[in-house]
Amino acid sequence: MTAGQWLRRVGFYVLIVLIAAFLALPVLWLVFAPFDRTPTLATSLPSWTLHNFATLAQNPYALRSLGNSVLLAAATMVLVTGLGAVAAYALSRVRIPGRDGLLYGLLLLSSIVTGTAAMVPIFLLIFQLNLIDSQLGVVLVLSGGLLPAAIFIMKDFMDTTPRSYEESARVFGAGPLRILRDVVVPVVRPGIATCAVWTVVNVWGNFLTPFILLRSPEKSPAAVVLYTFYTEGGQPNLGLISAFSLLYSVPVVAMYLFVNRRYGFRFHGGIKR
Amino acid sequence: MALATSPPTDRKPARAGADAGDSAHDDAAGLGRVRASAFVVPALALVAVFLVFPALWTVYLGLTNFRLTGIAAAHPRVVGLDNYANALGDPDFRNALWLTLLYVLGSAVIGQSVLGFVVVWLMRDAPRAVRTTLETLVMLAWILPSSVVSFLWIAMLDRDAGTLNALLHTPGVAWLITHPLLSIIVFNTWRGTAFSMLLYSAALDGVPPTQLESARMAGASGWQQLRDVVFPHIRGHLLTNLLLISLWTFNDFAPYLITAGGPNGASETLPVFVYQTAISDGRLGFGSAISLLMLLINLVLAVGYLRLLRERRP
Repeated sequence: MTAGQWLRRVGFYVLIVLIAAFLALPVLWLVFAPFDRTPTLATSLPSWTLHNFATLAQNPYALRSLGNSVLLAAATMVLVTGLGAVAAYALSRVRIPGRDGLLYGLLLLSSIVTGTAAMVPIFLLIFQLNLIDSQLGVVLVLSGGLLPAAIFIMKDFMDTTPRSYEESARVFGAGPLRILRDVVVPVVRPGIATCAVWTVVNVWGNFLTPFILLRSPEKSPAAVVLYTFYTEGGQPNLGLISAFSLLYSVPVVAMYLFVNRRYGFRFHGGIKR
Repeated sequence: MALATSPPTDRKPARAGADAGDSAHDDAAGLGRVRASAFVVPALALVAVFLVFPALWTVYLGLTNFRLTGIAAAHPRVVGLDNYANALGDPDFRNALWLTLLYVLGSAVIGQSVLGFVVVWLMRDAPRAVRTTLETLVMLAWILPSSVVSFLWIAMLDRDAGTLNALLHTPGVAWLITHPLLSIIVFNTWRGTAFSMLLYSAALDGVPPTQLESARMAGASGWQQLRDVVFPHIRGHLLTNLLLISLWTFNDFAPYLITAGGPNGASETLPVFVYQTAISDGRLGFGSAISLLMLLINLVLAVGYLRLLRERRP
């Protein structure tokens, strides 16, 4: 190896180490602080304890907010995958007039009308519907926002599944609804599963919508309650915050690993907030 | 709120040909048009009420002096284009617009895009373990909930105990107060590099290895290979990527979680500005006018993106 090549090699690894450090440094706190007897904002190897998780269990809002997150995510997931799947199926198989324009419009809309840009009219709409501080309002708003992309993901998937199963079931005299239940659903299940995971991840991390639409901390999801933990006046309780952050993060990491292992994370559908 | 993000090349070709010819094979389950419509309507109704209507309503609201409390709450009055005139004359609004531009340019167009490409380019012939580690770290920053990552950065940039000050031996520097905009730019670069990495990684797979090989044989340097072989192949992906990450960064509310726009509006991007004026201060009419401007900027970016998508999918 010449000196030049050697230098390049060293430079290559120095650059990689720098990038890895930049990426990893902020996360280290999340890994260590929850198990530290005296957590500070500094990142350090802890003197191990599970005490922080006991504090978490005693906090009246923390665990309940995780329950609220589960509730919001589950309700939105059922609504989005349920309504989205039947709509995607119909759009994939039946030539409804104006279908292509409709799909184009949906895709355009879902990227333009974001929760941020439309926060004022959405807030007012929910206000006028008397749904402020109601979890139903949050579920409806989130579902409306996620449905266009969900229909798109699932229609893409259904377009690639063969119609021959449905046709042969029909030849044997099965009615349309029966075909849907016994033939179509099993075949398109992976597409529906992908969409369900995508919806849950989106709702789980969403901060803005519940932040503006909910008032009482008993109804707020973990995203909002965690934020109030560290912005409330006084000294933030770092043991509580770190343990809560970790517990709140574990499900999304688990879902990511699941999707990654099962389907590979190389862009087949795409997952993004 | 969300977007299907398959890069154009991964999509299946449109079935235009099949649709035109044999309509008998359409509707394989014998659903019929009426039932098919009944399948589509509930989803569309939900989208219409909670997505389309708010967007259209903004147009009207922006022309009124709607407020959350007081006289204007009960009897809003149409004030015409006053809100827009006020916005353009408002130094706070112009400041927010300018900061948003810097935020998008700094963290998306430069930060995420460059870092994403560098990671992909470096990982080409890195050992598998290194590659997996780096990619996992990038993905982790992307998938963690925003309230969590915001606090991680608050902790890292803390004045007294923050890791950054410990590393740089600069005790007592309050980064979020002295460099608020730079802080959120670096934060968002860290946060969103994953998308660029995934997209460029898919794009580089499409560059024919033989062309790279012959460029290398001809003695082209790394930079020349990039410019003459790689870039022409990934130009479409590059544009797609820039449009999408700009759109997302433009609508990003995470700065609020870290700096809440402060100190003194020094990191108040447009989303934070809208939140502060409309929801916190209750100036809903004025806030709606700003919202409409945001929706229009989104529209421009999204139409650009869909154009690209169509061009590459004849």
